Amino acid sequence: MEVFSLIADGVGTAVQPINLMLIVIGVTVGLFIGAMPGLGSVNGVAILLPVTFLVPPASAIIFLAAIYYGAMYGGAISSVALGIPGASTAVATTFDGRPLALQGRASLALVTAALASFVGGTVATVFFSLFAPLLADVALSFGPPEIFALMLLAFATFVGLGGDDIPKTIFSICFGLVLATVGFDTISGEPRLVLFDIQGFLRGIGFIVLAIGVYGIGEMLWTIEQTRGDVTTTNPKMTAKGLVSDTKEAVRRGWKGTWIGSVLGFFVGVLPAAGATPGSLMAYGVAKMTSRTPEEYGRGSPDGVAAPEAANNSASTGSMLPMLTLGIPGSPTTAILLGGMVMWGLTPGPRLFVDESEFVWGLIGSFYISNFVAVLINLAFIPLFVWMLRMPFTILAPLIFVLSIIGGFAATRSMHDLWLIVIFGIAAFFMRKFDYPLAPAVLAIVLGPIAEPTLRQSLLLSSGDPTIFFTRPIAAPITVIAIILILWPALKLLRRKGQVAED
Amino acid sequence: MRQGEISLAGLLALLSLYLMWKSAELPIGYISGQGPGGGFWPFWLSFGMLLSCAAIAWNWWRGLSPASASDEPLMDAFGWRTVALVGGGVVAFVALIPIISMYGAICVFLIYYLRFLGRHSWLLTLVIAIALPIGLFFFFEGAMYISMPQGLPFTQPFFDMMYDIIY
Repeated sequence: MEVFSLIADGVGTAVQPINLMLIVIGVTVGLFIGAMPGLGSVNGVAILLPVTFLVPPASAIIFLAAIYYGAMYGGAISSVALGIPGASTAVATTFDGRPLALQGRASLALVTAALASFVGGTVATVFFSLFAPLLADVALSFGPPEIFALMLLAFATFVGLGGDDIPKTIFSICFGLVLATVGFDTISGEPRLVLFDIQGFLRGIGFIVLAIGVYGIGEMLWTIEQTRGDVTTTNPKMTAKGLVSDTKEAVRRGWKGTWIGSVLGFFVGVLPAAGATPGSLMAYGVAKMTSRTPEEYGRGSPDGVAAPEAANNSASTGSMLPMLTLGIPGSPTTAILLGGMVMWGLTPGPRLFVDESEFVWGLIGSFYISNFVAVLINLAFIPLFVWMLRMPFTILAPLIFVLSIIGGFAATRSMHDLWLIVIFGIAAFFMRKFDYPLAPAVLAIVLGPIAEPTLRQSLLLSSGDPTIFFTRPIAAPITVIAIILILWPALKLLRRKGQVAED
Repeated sequence: MRQGEISLAGLLALLSLYLMWKSAELPIGYISGQGPGGGFWPFWLSFGMLLSCAAIAWNWWRGLSPASASDEPLMDAFGWRTVALVGGGVVAFVALIPIISMYGAICVFLIYYLRFLGRHSWLLTLVIAIALPIGLFFFFEGAMYISMPQGLPFTQPFFDMMYDIIY
């Protein structure tokens, strides 16, 4: 019962005028960002993070979480209307959303996506409210070895479940962790890794510098090079009468996919590094596998739109659970939110529920409100967003570059960091050309300042004996799971080779 | 793509070696009573980067990664030109900030991009290139109290005029 009273308090915080206003603005901005090809929640949150210094931390994270939600809803708009996903989280939505649009049923696809997103987000928020305090209670008993083991698990999931090129993923993680060590050694106080003896590196490299470089500059260069302005739009016609009949049809033909996506998405989202993209793809696969009419999938099935859309919203909420309770982000976007919390002077992790209860429950309350606001704004403004999508990329792109540069300066107040943003952006573009995953590097630069001291404290506790990670009751299973995940790709390869040899 | 893949791996291996060397300026082993030295964590991570580069090179040798098995060029002439014009524009934008101020650089960058890369009309270009920096000025300097770089002294009369409006 205590949970309900905390939720009520949280909703009370979320509906305070300033927070409500930020939710409405955040959801609207997020919808727009999510709908833009090449931009997703991670770009929106990274680019707009610097402007949150204007408001208190609770309002700031409510604003960013609202952008996150809005972007999850918005991703479907370009998947359906343009046939290209607004972000990787909406890739699966194109499978059936685009065929529906080509059949002249774009409004059905968009309404289905909006309703499924609403259900997915709401179900996940209920799960979140129930599980978060339990997980936080367990996590309170964590010491440095347990926390380091969790960090190891976060990186291991990228290696084991990421699906990217393994050596490149490991390179990306190590690179992000090394970047996090630039500046001063926090224990001895000595300057460390002052690259090329440039004094600017004494300030360290903030995660926001890497995040804006990768997602603001690098990704835009990538999109410009890939799309070449060759985008075909489909204009969905929407009327009030049509909206009602589409809603009825969406409920009738999309409920199953919605529930599968809502439940599966949450649990996939909770896994560090998994996030909304694999969640939505898995939900689509499971919905198709369990359908009585799997042949309809890929040809315009409302269930095929509902499953990934419910899942990506559900996963985006789920990914905030380990971020708040354990200090481990479940997705690149939550890695940036985590970095933001550190910048605002908060320490994510189990103590947050005790020390900053109002902040945490205000955020959880805002999930409920954001979801409600998002579905209303989404349904009401779909025609407007589609009109905005026709804004030439040659106007949108320079605006994003400008926001990235001015936002980067506002956050760091340093020309040195602005140049680093540009260098990281250009490097990210070329690394992405060769399939280097960059999200692990962003995650690593956020987690590095937590991972290094906990490793050093653990080794100091054990007088340099690394078996400390295998002898403590909580750290041991986490470490073992992490090692299995790291070795998982190699085990799969060996198994495949064994099968080939048998054949 | 194939040549690019190994060239990039080689470049990143060199970076890894440099980071290992730089990390070794601090102790990289275990110091009794103090725990691991300050260089321990970055040194071994840089070593991990180096090993990853070796694995990337091994995959390249065996043609296992998509890029190593591709005969396609990294980018065609249009791609290189686009990236050079856009990336070069962003570099010039940042380079102009200490000279003509953040807002001046935004204005010049928008004119360059909208008019010369986007081929939009002068009217649309000028409306955006003037309105956006002014809007950003009021937002950052007026609402958020964040001062952006003001460039060389010749921009000062503009800032004096704008501050008169705010305060």
